[in-house]
Amino acid sequence: MSLASEGARRRTWSTVRPLLLLLPAYALLIGVFAYPVLDSMWRSVTEPTAGWGNYAWALGSSGNLAVIGRTFGNALFATMVCVVLGFPFAYLMVISAPRTRAILIAITLVPFWTSLMIRTFAWIVILQDRGIVNSLLAGIGLGPLELLRTNTGVLIGLAHVLMPFMILPLYATMNSIDLRLIMAARSLGASPFSAFWRIFVPLSVPGLAAGSLLVFIQALGFYITPALLGSPADSMLAQSIYSQVNGLLAWGRGGALGVILLTVTLVLLGAVALLIRIGHRRDVSVGIPGQ
Amino acid sequence: MRTSLPTKIALWALAVVVSAWLVFPSIIVIPLSFTDKASLVFPPSGWSPRWYERFFSNPAWTMALGNSLLIGLLVAVLATILGTLAAFSLRALRNRSLANALKLGLLAPMIMPGIIIAIGLYALFLKLGWVGTLHGFVFAHTVLALPFTVIAITVGLAGFDAQLEQAALSLGANPLSTFFWVTLPNVLPSMISGALFAFVTSFDEVLLSLFIKSPYLNTLPVLMYSSVTRNTDPTLAAAATLIMVITTVLVITGLILSGRKKHASVL
Repeated sequence: MSLASEGARRRTWSTVRPLLLLLPAYALLIGVFAYPVLDSMWRSVTEPTAGWGNYAWALGSSGNLAVIGRTFGNALFATMVCVVLGFPFAYLMVISAPRTRAILIAITLVPFWTSLMIRTFAWIVILQDRGIVNSLLAGIGLGPLELLRTNTGVLIGLAHVLMPFMILPLYATMNSIDLRLIMAARSLGASPFSAFWRIFVPLSVPGLAAGSLLVFIQALGFYITPALLGSPADSMLAQSIYSQVNGLLAWGRGGALGVILLTVTLVLLGAVALLIRIGHRRDVSVGIPGQ
Repeated sequence: MRTSLPTKIALWALAVVVSAWLVFPSIIVIPLSFTDKASLVFPPSGWSPRWYERFFSNPAWTMALGNSLLIGLLVAVLATILGTLAAFSLRALRNRSLANALKLGLLAPMIMPGIIIAIGLYALFLKLGWVGTLHGFVFAHTVLALPFTVIAITVGLAGFDAQLEQAALSLGANPLSTFFWVTLPNVLPSMISGALFAFVTSFDEVLLSLFIKSPYLNTLPVLMYSSVTRNTDPTLAAAATLIMVITTVLVITGLILSGRKKHASVL
């Protein structure tokens, strides 16, 4: 064997050897993740008969359209609640002293510590007919409100679970805004409100967009929270998929709904990636405009 | 930047409400689990440990707890082994864009909506007869936990100076003892923190488990889920508190360890 081919073989080996270490992880990933996901996509166009029948059913029946509409509506509403409450919260984090800021960050992270199941259970306790909210309302002579097993309950739970995903990206973006820009605007005669509205808010848009999409995407696929806080009549997309597959064993229909959910999720994730890239570019080019 | 007083008061009022909203549902189960009444009224009128006695005297709950602990432990071990091998592989790859693409593949289970993984796995497990089996649970949860171990160990390796390995090799150590005496001790903290996050991922998982459980093999969150839909009794609050205590201890240990790796040194 010549020296040259020996060298080439060694080079190939040095590329292949690291890949061998990846083999176990990828074997699991392909067998227990990629294959099952692709298989249920395949079933959506082959079961019970080959063709687009499942998609026609998924997008054609008024019941399904109502579920898809409700899923988007709930996701949008939860996102709006997170923006309205999360924006001032993140703003307060940015303008606070370091110690206060650390406390506010810790508060934002608390929900990550406790499992979704526990927090959803807690919401059941809080929202039930004789729960905390209703006894508070009774104390001031109001209520009782029906919250559990309604879409309102689902929205409260969704917005609660997803709030940290809004606050954290918003905080990260706001923290990188040069606050001297606002002082400059003020010294040039802008009112506090217009300095905030015309300088600070536009600069926080990348965080706002990333946070909104993160919240929206996750809300679309939620199962546990709507299943436990809502009623079957208010079900969301993931619940429909669950009942098609687990209850009715309609693999094709469940798969078709899954593909629709996945497509929307991936398109929106692509949008997040794009926005983050644009945000990075803006970070570099932000200067004092109009000079 | 100066903020006017009324604005500040308004911001703080809102922050208090949002904080309560974020934190309250996470901690309310603790006092509720010690109530003396058979209903979940808050605040409890008296205190009693009876719901914990009931939890530990009911074989359904204790078996579910045992299953959750066992599955979590096996998932932590498997996900850490696979994640460590993968992280070393990604570091060794010369072709960076290939390494990045392969890393993205490993993180894919994080962005996939859980319900889509769940229906696919359910079909596969029915075909293989893995529904309600220990290895079925372990494989399913490991897929979800793998991204966390890969991230933790990749970050740990990035903070490790590879020249130390070169130094050991040049001083006559063979590759195997270099790995065990130089590389491993430095990466160990991030491996442990990855393992803890893997355990917590498995310990909290509900959606996949709902599909692959059987009457004979159940996990604690799944039993909570099915009990919640039937009736809410304070035993659930006791179960929730136990889950919280276990995960909190592990997450804090994990955070301390991942913070400590910056000071790690050669053994």
